[in-house]
Amino acid sequence: MISIRNIVKQYAGYRALSDVSLEVETGTVFGLLGPNGAGKTSLIRIINQITAPDSGEVYFNGERLGRHHVERIGYMPEERGLYKKMEIGEQILYLAQLKGLSRSEAIRRTKYWFEKLEIQAWWNKKIEELSKGMQQKAQFVATVLHEPDLLILDEPFSGFDPVNAEIIKNEILELNRKGATIIFSTHRMESVEELCDSIALLNKSHKLLDGKVRQIKDSFRNGTYTLEYEGARVNAGADAPFDVVSEETPDSRHRLTLQMKPGTAPNDALRYMLPLAAITHFEEKVPTMNEIFISTVNKMSGHE
Amino acid sequence: MNKILLIIEREYMSRVKKKSFIVLTILVPLLFIGMFAFIGYLAVKGDELGDEKRVQVIDETGSFTGKLQNTSSITYVYTQDRFADARNTFRDKGYNFLLHIPPESSPAPVELLSDKKPSATTIEAIESGLSHIAEAERLRAAGIDTAVLAKAQKRIDIKAKQITEAGEKDAQTYTAYAVGFLSAFLIYMCLFIYGTQVMRGVIEEKVSRIVEVIISSVRPFQLMLGKIIGVGLVGLTQFVLWIVISVVLSMAGGTFMAGKAKHRMEQTMPAKAQEQMQQVQQMQTPDNSMAQIMESIESIPVVYTLSCFLFYFLFGYLLYSAIFAAVGSAVDNETETQQFMLPITLPIIFTFALAQSFIINNPDSSLSVWLSMIPFTSPIAMMIRIPFGVPAWQLALSMLLLVLGFVGTTWVASRIYRVGILMYGKKASYKELAKWFMYRD
Repeated sequence: MISIRNIVKQYAGYRALSDVSLEVETGTVFGLLGPNGAGKTSLIRIINQITAPDSGEVYFNGERLGRHHVERIGYMPEERGLYKKMEIGEQILYLAQLKGLSRSEAIRRTKYWFEKLEIQAWWNKKIEELSKGMQQKAQFVATVLHEPDLLILDEPFSGFDPVNAEIIKNEILELNRKGATIIFSTHRMESVEELCDSIALLNKSHKLLDGKVRQIKDSFRNGTYTLEYEGARVNAGADAPFDVVSEETPDSRHRLTLQMKPGTAPNDALRYMLPLAAITHFEEKVPTMNEIFISTVNKMSGHE
Repeated sequence: MNKILLIIEREYMSRVKKKSFIVLTILVPLLFIGMFAFIGYLAVKGDELGDEKRVQVIDETGSFTGKLQNTSSITYVYTQDRFADARNTFRDKGYNFLLHIPPESSPAPVELLSDKKPSATTIEAIESGLSHIAEAERLRAAGIDTAVLAKAQKRIDIKAKQITEAGEKDAQTYTAYAVGFLSAFLIYMCLFIYGTQVMRGVIEEKVSRIVEVIISSVRPFQLMLGKIIGVGLVGLTQFVLWIVISVVLSMAGGTFMAGKAKHRMEQTMPAKAQEQMQQVQQMQTPDNSMAQIMESIESIPVVYTLSCFLFYFLFGYLLYSAIFAAVGSAVDNETETQQFMLPITLPIIFTFALAQSFIINNPDSSLSVWLSMIPFTSPIAMMIRIPFGVPAWQLALSMLLLVLGFVGTTWVASRIYRVGILMYGKKASYKELAKWFMYRD
């Protein structure tokens, strides 16, 4: 869908993107992750052709990115905004027409979306008269109305209350099922981790790593498990197939964090514990994106 | 192209539909006409409206008694009372003033007593009345016939004629003054009013953050141009409506007033006053008749002046509003615009100040010519000069330079604008604007 090749973007005082390359496959949900100031918004603006890179190219479905592609992209910026004094219905029609929809088609689709999100009663209200959540819904409708092939959402769930965030999340996933490619950009990595097929981690203008979420997580597995049991405390000896990293007893249960010894399998740990305790919970401790990010950053700075 | 039309439509409709636009469009002509009507009314009826002043006169010389002319606001009543007594009693007798003229042998000055400060016009009226009588008295004493003198003192009016290829024609300098000043003033006002509207629109889009959504669909330049044209059309609409409403109102008002005045006159005017009226009418013809005013208005080449006005209004507006847009893009709120406003407003105010004092009196001086060539000053300066006649090559050159100036300014402004609208929360300096200008597309 989108192929980003060796993008460099330099601002007066700092470098926003240093030689960043990415592939976003058609039909996937892609997470662009990284802390504030990593270069996510700069990259998104380049894909949206709001700014141009100093060097490097962007390809859209194999074609060099051009003006005619803007009608196939829907963009919801981090800083949401609509005309405060304009009626919400008119406003969405205006934005849709700017994306190339005819007025009659825009009216038809806006009605559909307004009914779906239950905001049809607000058609003639001005934005400043609406609640924050209502404004966000309107903004979302404006973003997806022209049925873009590529949907770029910068910090999509910030500002939504949990109920509305869930509604919007489901709508986004439904669009994805219908074939739209989604790019999420966020600094709150845990918020989109479960939604994404692939991710890229950005930090200080550099791409740290990218790839399928499953593969990245697998490559960061380190044989750590969580085990919970009831009953008397078990003192794991040197013959155990694991080392106890940490041990806590929050209530009547004991919780162990285990590090498997080389050459052992998780089943060995269970086999060792079964005769000694009543096991209630056993799980591999998969690193979160946040942990992967931190460990990668640390590894990088260690190299420098 | 289609997208620019959409933007223009939105910018236009969202402003025209506003209550403030409708109110302003109706109110301004009403206020203007009302103001002029009031001033005219005061000028005509000022004397009658003013309170009547009764002056008690003690003339100890005897030569003024009965000679001071009563006017509509001043009535003189003569008395033989002694000054010392009258001084205490004139107020009780219902007089506002006590005028004391001491005998010629006395060194005391002529005195006007009152308990309130007399107005300057009252003092002047009494002074000139006294002076005239004294002057006539002395002339007569010297053996000069005042009737002969009155004839000798004829006021001379110059009739200015301009020699053109078509022959002589009336120069109509005063008409040129009025037309030049009015059109320059309108352009001056509009540069500010509509330029500021463009700036506010840009700030609104930036502050509400919608700008990022829009420029993911259209180029920043399209958005800027659409806004400028949209607001410009709002300005033109307002103009046309002002003119239409003013013309309709003044025509309706004129007919109404004239009918009423005539009606009243016939009803109430005594024979003597009607006689006076006839005299007045005789005096007015032929020099100051309505016909001459009409002739004077007809002497303006309407189509030529109006098309020049529209041209300079349009391109002057386009040039300045592009800068206003760039300023709007560089700030986060309106209060921050101050630092950038001076370089914009200075040439406008400077030209307008010069226009009223210098250019209008010296339309062909080299300074005037230069000012009417520089794109930043020409919309105002040239409009002052046009009614006085401008060589075709100067007009053509000035227009060409203005168009070039517009293209150049818009290019520079759009380069600042495209970066500025995405810069939040940073206070921009001139140095930064220059950097933005240099950024690659």
